[in-house]
Amino acid sequence: MNEVVGKPIDRVDGRLKVTGKATYSAEYFPKNMVYGVLVLSTIAKGRIKNIDSRQAERAPGFVGIMSYKNSMSLHFPQSSDPGSGKFAEKDLLPMQNDRIFYDGQAVAVVMAETFEQAEHAASLVKIGYEIEKPAIKLEENLSTKYKPVSGLGGAKIQVSRGVADAALQTSEVKFEQTYTTPVYHHNAMEPHATVAEWNGDKLMVYDATQSVAGSKNLLSSMLGVPPDKVNVTALYIGGGFGSKGFSWPNTVLTAMAAKQVNRPVKLALARQQMFTTAGRRSQTIQKISFGATSAGKLNAIKHDTTSESSFVDEFVEQAGVATSIIYSCPNVEVSHSLVRLNRGTPCPTRAPGEAPGTYALEVAMDELAFELKMDPVQLRLVNYADTDEDKKKQFSSKSLIECYRRGAEAIGWSQRNPQPRSMREGNYLVGYGMATATYPANRSASSAKAILYADGHAEIMCATQDIGTGTYTVMTQAAADAFGLPVEKIQVKLGNSEYPKGANSGGSQVTASVGPAIRAAALGVLEKLKKMAILDNTSPLHGHKEEDIVASDGRIHLKDNADRGETYTQLLNRQGLQKVEALAKTNVSTRQQTESNPAAAGSADAAAEEESKTNPAVQEDEHVDRKPYTFHSFGAQFVKVLVDPVLNTVKVDKAVAVMDIGKVMNIKLAKNQIMGGMIFGIGMALMEETAYDPNNGRVVTRDLAQYLVPVNADMPQLEVQFIDVPDPYISPIGARGIGEIGITGITVAINNAIYHATGKRVRDLPVTLDKLI
Amino acid sequence: MESFKFIRANDPRGAITSMTGGGAKIIAGGTNLVDLMKLNIERPAQLIDINGLKMQTIETLPNGTIKIGALVKNSDLAYHPLIMKNFPVLSEALLSGASAQLRNMATVGGNLLQRTRCPYFYDTAAPCNKRVPGSGCSAIDGYNRNNAVLGTSKYCIATHPSDMCVAMAALGAVIHVQGPAGPREIPFADFHLLPAQTPQYETTLKHDELITSVDIPPIPYAIRSHYLKVRDRASYEFALASAAVILDINGGRIKDARIALGGVGTKPWRSKLAEKVLTGAAANEQSYRTAAEAALSEAKPYKHNAFKIELAKRTLVHALTTVGGMS
Repeated sequence: MNEVVGKPIDRVDGRLKVTGKATYSAEYFPKNMVYGVLVLSTIAKGRIKNIDSRQAERAPGFVGIMSYKNSMSLHFPQSSDPGSGKFAEKDLLPMQNDRIFYDGQAVAVVMAETFEQAEHAASLVKIGYEIEKPAIKLEENLSTKYKPVSGLGGAKIQVSRGVADAALQTSEVKFEQTYTTPVYHHNAMEPHATVAEWNGDKLMVYDATQSVAGSKNLLSSMLGVPPDKVNVTALYIGGGFGSKGFSWPNTVLTAMAAKQVNRPVKLALARQQMFTTAGRRSQTIQKISFGATSAGKLNAIKHDTTSESSFVDEFVEQAGVATSIIYSCPNVEVSHSLVRLNRGTPCPTRAPGEAPGTYALEVAMDELAFELKMDPVQLRLVNYADTDEDKKKQFSSKSLIECYRRGAEAIGWSQRNPQPRSMREGNYLVGYGMATATYPANRSASSAKAILYADGHAEIMCATQDIGTGTYTVMTQAAADAFGLPVEKIQVKLGNSEYPKGANSGGSQVTASVGPAIRAAALGVLEKLKKMAILDNTSPLHGHKEEDIVASDGRIHLKDNADRGETYTQLLNRQGLQKVEALAKTNVSTRQQTESNPAAAGSADAAAEEESKTNPAVQEDEHVDRKPYTFHSFGAQFVKVLVDPVLNTVKVDKAVAVMDIGKVMNIKLAKNQIMGGMIFGIGMALMEETAYDPNNGRVVTRDLAQYLVPVNADMPQLEVQFIDVPDPYISPIGARGIGEIGITGITVAINNAIYHATGKRVRDLPVTLDKLI
Repeated sequence: MESFKFIRANDPRGAITSMTGGGAKIIAGGTNLVDLMKLNIERPAQLIDINGLKMQTIETLPNGTIKIGALVKNSDLAYHPLIMKNFPVLSEALLSGASAQLRNMATVGGNLLQRTRCPYFYDTAAPCNKRVPGSGCSAIDGYNRNNAVLGTSKYCIATHPSDMCVAMAALGAVIHVQGPAGPREIPFADFHLLPAQTPQYETTLKHDELITSVDIPPIPYAIRSHYLKVRDRASYEFALASAAVILDINGGRIKDARIALGGVGTKPWRSKLAEKVLTGAAANEQSYRTAAEAALSEAKPYKHNAFKIELAKRTLVHALTTVGGMS
């Protein structure tokens, strides 16, 4: 059969998006809706003394104001896992008391008839504060640092094997350096936005979220409304990068406000507000220590990370998690410490942990290579990890050597003169740099429903979401292959909490998790068709054995004789059925509970579980013995930079990524994803940085004019290649996730290339030109 | 945003009359003003749309002066054949600013009145003497990486953001305005004010005066000129440092030099000190370096922007070398 998976088909929602017909959360207009605007605190720590809304109340169009003084009571959320819903400020339910823990904390919602009126009225609210001295800077609060017990979802973050300290002492070559990364903000194009409408005791919410199921669970438990009375919809999402993985105060506040004024409320964050109350990447200080032989063989690695979190939740930037498996080394110690600051809560940001972590580790590897006068690629080959030495397991599949080889060839590594500041092109200094890219291959439990209609088209339903990455498209491909139908006959419905629960869009796991569930649901439908045909004495397949019947091109037929069979439509029409449907739940997780798995909690979909017991596709998938394997993606990234020797401006000239992510579902979308990651990395390496005022802790770079993201003129020639060999163990489809790995090597490769070009090593991101003077 | 009245002016007189009471603002391209209104930084009671006025032409006067109507779009000016050929410094400055879309909207008159991008000026919760006189300056002891090192005061260290104005300063343009008492001319150097104790006053334009044109006097040697802008990303970003350079070189000697800097000053920074060094000097690297030292000799660094002094010097030397190399 002609498989669609792997084909570079266009985005199925592309036309809707470019014609403006894809409806994002802020684009719903329920009748009688009012606009809500958040008023944020302008101090970093203290108490609200008074709220003077007299002027606001007299403003045209004013409808209401909600603050801790009149808001409904909330319950603490029952879930703390992104898979089933993670509220970002677990110790500070919004607008329940007068305490302020960070600048930019939501203190009131002002509602008015139009957006402009709401904005204006909100600007008239005067808040009086009792100011306390905040903890502003990480560097000045290191005395308060502590070691958290675990990371997100109970992840193990203090890792030790062998005797790193002792091994360091006795190593021939010792290396130690400290690397620092600033706060970064996700800055998805679509702001966090919610429309909430109550109909009696039922709550309908359109929410820009990476987890409709999680958002629904949180609204239910925080508001005290039964889950079946809450619906959360997010049909299209304009990027998340992690910022919409946790639920932020704006979502529940919108529902509370709608209840208070008894009208639907829309509340979208302004760009400036996204810098305080919608997550960020933590600042880190990372110390890397290596002990090695003079031939470059690592004998000890220590990776100590200090990051910061807020006073209202504990989030650990797990920068060291990849360090324990990325290279072969007998003695490894990975540690993480936290400092609490009066800032909004950080959260996962595209490649949480890995992006800042590989930056420190891989710059250190580059430094070690130069110290040993070794080729940086060679140093990595010398320390190549054939197995996961931390868990003592095999990798399900790993082709990293091939990634290095292809990447080196694509960038022209062989022409590189290893001597720093030795290469020129015209007036520019030329530098080449490389790094290893790495990200875990997460897969978690997912459910899906498949419906085949008598007219020959099929529908898929799953409460996962497409955050702009192409999930609608690749799931259409997966369903088309399973059903044996062309993609035009498949309609995939996502982003509605009514559907069977799929994975949340975090941890690069949707393709690997939801794909198999959709496939199993579709195959479940075909199983039912086969059974029907066997029992139907007018069917050409009557009386045949199930195992002799296969499906392709919209027909079920004998494996050995394709002519003997009938179309789905013929069978359903004869049976007098308008549709046949199947539920499936694939209960597979590639990670242990003690590991970081953003969606450790699977779905509690009893019906799907029951039906899956007799679904051969589910059974086969679940019975694969995955215990001996570590599921992890690797890749290699190479860049060439041009640096102006006088002005120190850096231009990335070419960037290459060669990725092993298992089976490539759709080469166009896959390249898109990796390129997006690389662009993210260019920003992280060269310009992005959130600055806080040193005196009051308020974000200074609070819009896209002050917080720079790369523009087209910054773009290099981007080349993306894939190994494209299915992972034999992760799922029947063989695809691993791809959302995050693209950023994990590029930031470092750029840094290493800048060093090669200039001979100057900058150990503090971003590498702006002032640091090169 | 606050509610405001919106009227269209049919002639300059009408616009000026509407402004006499105060509280009104002229709107042309709106590329800066509308943003500021949305953020409650500008709160005009009335907007006077002057886009219907006849000030969209670029013409050459009999004496060789180029008269640029106040409503000429930045992109039209940048791509005008006369400007591209005779005043590359101006064309390059314009094209290095903003984005293509913004340049298609922004006008020459509006560009003169562009307001600073100091982040504290944009944050209504932060003290800012420019926005709220007497409230204090948050940048001096705050995050000031992008702030000025020349022309600062203890009341304000905000940079002037315009690229066009840096080129205009070097060209010695003349600004023509019209007020209730009739027209007057303002030399470019007298148009923008240093912050001193009153950073809220940015220009010598009176509240009821309308800019009608910007005139560039004939400078035959401006054909050898250049604008160099250095910034944190390749496009769509304000300068960390920029330099406008016009050199008249004859036989390896600099007869005349016009130098202005951007990104480092509280106003478009014409450097008479650098010009003095260069005039009569040999067109070589040594002169350029001496000029750059002179241009920044009065610079005052703040906590995060000391690098701008060295960067501005390098930028100026680079620009001088580019133009000097053409002789």
